[in-house]
Amino acid sequence: MDGSLNMVGYGLAAIGPGVGIGLIFAAYISGVARQPEARSVLQGIAILGFALAEALAIIGIGLAFAL
Amino acid sequence: MRRRSLATEASEEFHAPGPADFEFPELWGTFLTKPMLIIILGTVVVGLFFYYAARRGSLVPGKLQFAGESVYGFVRNQIAADAIGREGIKYVPYLATLFAFIAVLNIAGIVPFVQFPATSRIAIPLFLAIISWVIFNYVGIKRQGFVGYFKNMMFPPGVPKVIYPLLSPIEFLSTVIFRPVTLTLRLTFNMFAGHLVLLLCILGAEFLLIETQGVVGFAAGSVSLLFGIVMTFFEGFIQLLQAYVFTLLSAIYIGGALTYEH
Repeated sequence: MDGSLNMVGYGLAAIGPGVGIGLIFAAYISGVARQPEARSVLQGIAILGFALAEALAIIGIGLAFAL
Repeated sequence: MRRRSLATEASEEFHAPGPADFEFPELWGTFLTKPMLIIILGTVVVGLFFYYAARRGSLVPGKLQFAGESVYGFVRNQIAADAIGREGIKYVPYLATLFAFIAVLNIAGIVPFVQFPATSRIAIPLFLAIISWVIFNYVGIKRQGFVGYFKNMMFPPGVPKVIYPLLSPIEFLSTVIFRPVTLTLRLTFNMFAGHLVLLLCILGAEFLLIETQGVVGFAAGSVSLLFGIVMTFFEGFIQLLQAYVFTLLSAIYIGGALTYEH
């Protein structure tokens, strides 16, 4: 089997952020569904949470190439 | 990482893009490479934009003044006022410059003929994160005193004293070490991965369409080109989003240093 262990590591590391981002946006959608007026207020928090959870996956893909 | 071509006759191997594609030859001195040119150009563009937008401030704004006011107002209202509150007005010049600079350097990744996000090399995000780190630590120490700042960070009130030995090192590391590290790595690797995906799509499309023959190569190349176009727009969105997130997190850290009840 060809390929590098880096990519296998990245694939495993992407599970956590995938689940996390799904939870964040599930909460955002629920919040907007209950109270549509809160959409713009919740959007900022959702984007912030998305960037924080995505950071680990992005660090994973970067280090998979760099190391 | 080499890949065999799909069709039966191909002129050469496909060179898959990798981190080596982020190195550039020196143009003039040892420091003047393509990323450096983009950084210099970006600095000049941001500086001239804000200077000329603010020059003749009239009550009914012209187009350039409206654009400058939109950017500055966005950072002031959506970022500083939300994250820091009323005291945040002092930090809006820094945050607005940060946002505009990172946004321009990121967008250079999809501007035609430039097409390299200068923030994908780690130096610029590293120093921007260090500047934000110095600012939020300095603000915290000035507001709470040197000892008080670390005391409030590592021993927050309202926590049972048994957990202090466990909590203090984690809090200290998280605030002093991990914050600038994650700021840097988030921005750098987002731009790195995005540029890599675009390179893969477009270079793959070029190889499949031009240098292979046969229907399979043509079909795959068209799909790859289409995907490359879609990814360009998505990449533009991600670039602006990352500039916003960097600025917002800097503002949140400054706000956290100013108001020390957790």
